[in-house]
Amino acid sequence: MFAAANLEAILLTVKLASLVTILLLLIGTPIAWWLANTRSAWKAPIEAIVALPIVLPPSVLGFYLLVAMGPQGPVGQLTLALGLGTLPFTFTGLVVASVFYSLPFVVQPIQNAFAAISPGLFEAAATLRARPWDRFFSVALPLARPGFVTAAVLGFAHTVGEFGVVLMVGGNIPGRTRVVSVQIYDHVEALEYGQAHELAILLMGFSFVTLFLLYALNRRVTTLSA
Amino acid sequence: MNELAARFKHNYGGFGLEVDLRLPAQGVSAIFGPSGSGKTTLLRLIAGLERATDGYLSVAGSVWQDAGSFVPTHARPLGYVFQDARLFPHLDVRRNLDYGMRRIPSAARRVALDGVIELLGIGSLMERKPDRLSGGEQQRVAIARALGVSPRLLLLDEPLAALDQARKQEVLPYLERLRDTLDIPMLYVSHAVDEVARLADHMLVLDGGRVVAQGSTIDLMARTDLPLSGDDAVGALIEGRIAGHDETYQLTTVDFSGGRLTLPRQARAVGERVRVRVLARDVSLTLTAQTGTSIINILPAQVTGIASAGPSQSLVSLDLGGTTLLARVTRKSVDALGLKPGLALHAQIKGVALVK
Repeated sequence: MFAAANLEAILLTVKLASLVTILLLLIGTPIAWWLANTRSAWKAPIEAIVALPIVLPPSVLGFYLLVAMGPQGPVGQLTLALGLGTLPFTFTGLVVASVFYSLPFVVQPIQNAFAAISPGLFEAAATLRARPWDRFFSVALPLARPGFVTAAVLGFAHTVGEFGVVLMVGGNIPGRTRVVSVQIYDHVEALEYGQAHELAILLMGFSFVTLFLLYALNRRVTTLSA
Repeated sequence: MNELAARFKHNYGGFGLEVDLRLPAQGVSAIFGPSGSGKTTLLRLIAGLERATDGYLSVAGSVWQDAGSFVPTHARPLGYVFQDARLFPHLDVRRNLDYGMRRIPSAARRVALDGVIELLGIGSLMERKPDRLSGGEQQRVAIARALGVSPRLLLLDEPLAALDQARKQEVLPYLERLRDTLDIPMLYVSHAVDEVARLADHMLVLDGGRVVAQGSTIDLMARTDLPLSGDDAVGALIEGRIAGHDETYQLTTVDFSGGRLTLPRQARAVGERVRVRVLARDVSLTLTAQTGTSIINILPAQVTGIASAGPSQSLVSLDLGGTTLLARVTRKSVDALGLKPGLALHAQIKGVALVK
């Protein structure tokens, strides 16, 4: 159905977005929990840093990641010392960049879901012999489930939709960093409008269906709990 | 060592709590006081939900807090019933009940949950989610859930305060059944005199973060110098025995040290020990025994004290053969009748309620 190059780009995109979503849920949950519960003076600055990718042009973020991961940057020095080479223009580099870029879309829904849980329920759980970790897994996680669904969907969709950061950090290497959005750009540059259409329609459809399902699902959750 | 000893100094939001108290770790002890007196804070300190900067707490011999140690809430063998039930919204009733029980070793399960479920009448609610329960049902489930951990001490923080009068009357009998069937000491926080009179054997009165009185409920209910005296529900408790039943008029008589009281027919055996409550507002005083009155309970009494209870009212303490009774009369009547300690007169009692 798709041309071989397009199919390659689609599979790479799905692989990237899945991996990034899993990493973001693992990294974002503790950050969201901390932000939802802390009274520290660091809360506001950390929240601002997490939210930066929402307002920054992707080229700015990509530029700094490129510098940091390059052979002279602190991250690059570290990866070189570990014998891993440098990250720019590799799939791993793309994953790292995407994690930063999509972080707010995962942290914020989870943080809001945690903050909406009445603290009294954790006290009740404590009087019922639940230790702190037990309270987190038996009360916080199940009650924040709609937030996790939203976070996973937005994290995945947003990673699929990125372009600028990929171009800055990943370049345009077939099978390694050439994701769908970059492939479309390539097709347009080469005036292959038919091929571009094929992928553009796919992304359009994917984005609509994803958001539609998300809103429909959240509506159902709100109606159920009301 | 069957007692609770607590010493706390705690400040929160400009309000200081400073208590040093001992309570029997058996039966029901009420922590009574007006709102803002520190009752809930004291209960939270005992549960470890709040940590006093300076505190000591031991329950039945085991130390839960002192200068060097603090046992966290989840490691204290207690049950806690919150004013607002706090059932887990994502779990049905059955799984709410199981939540605590699954977290204690099976060897430590002394309370049979099935028995508690029956006692609280919640057997038919098992599949329901908390948002499908009425306020009274939620509170009964919360009580059963707290008992599921087989607590050595059950803490109840105004479990009826959020309920309307009808729901309160629905839940109260269940609490009385728990008190009479289970051998678990309870600390019951309340600002409602009638709940305390019905449930508690022992009471502690708090005001402004300090303990102002403690002792048996019967003794304290008869005092006129406590913050409860301004309450419309103030009234003395009388202990006595069922003397007999009058089947024709459907009445029951109760004998106590000061004479005999007549009540509507009660389903109690002759000779059984009972506790009745006489509200101060239901007692009027006459210098000579009235005849030609519809009031059945008229008993000789002696004035032992007179205290002010508001701008126009006085609370008169009476001695009836060793039992104390309270009467609320106007200050005008005190002067008109020349009431003073030592005066012999008659108490006319309009209402008597069996509470235990």
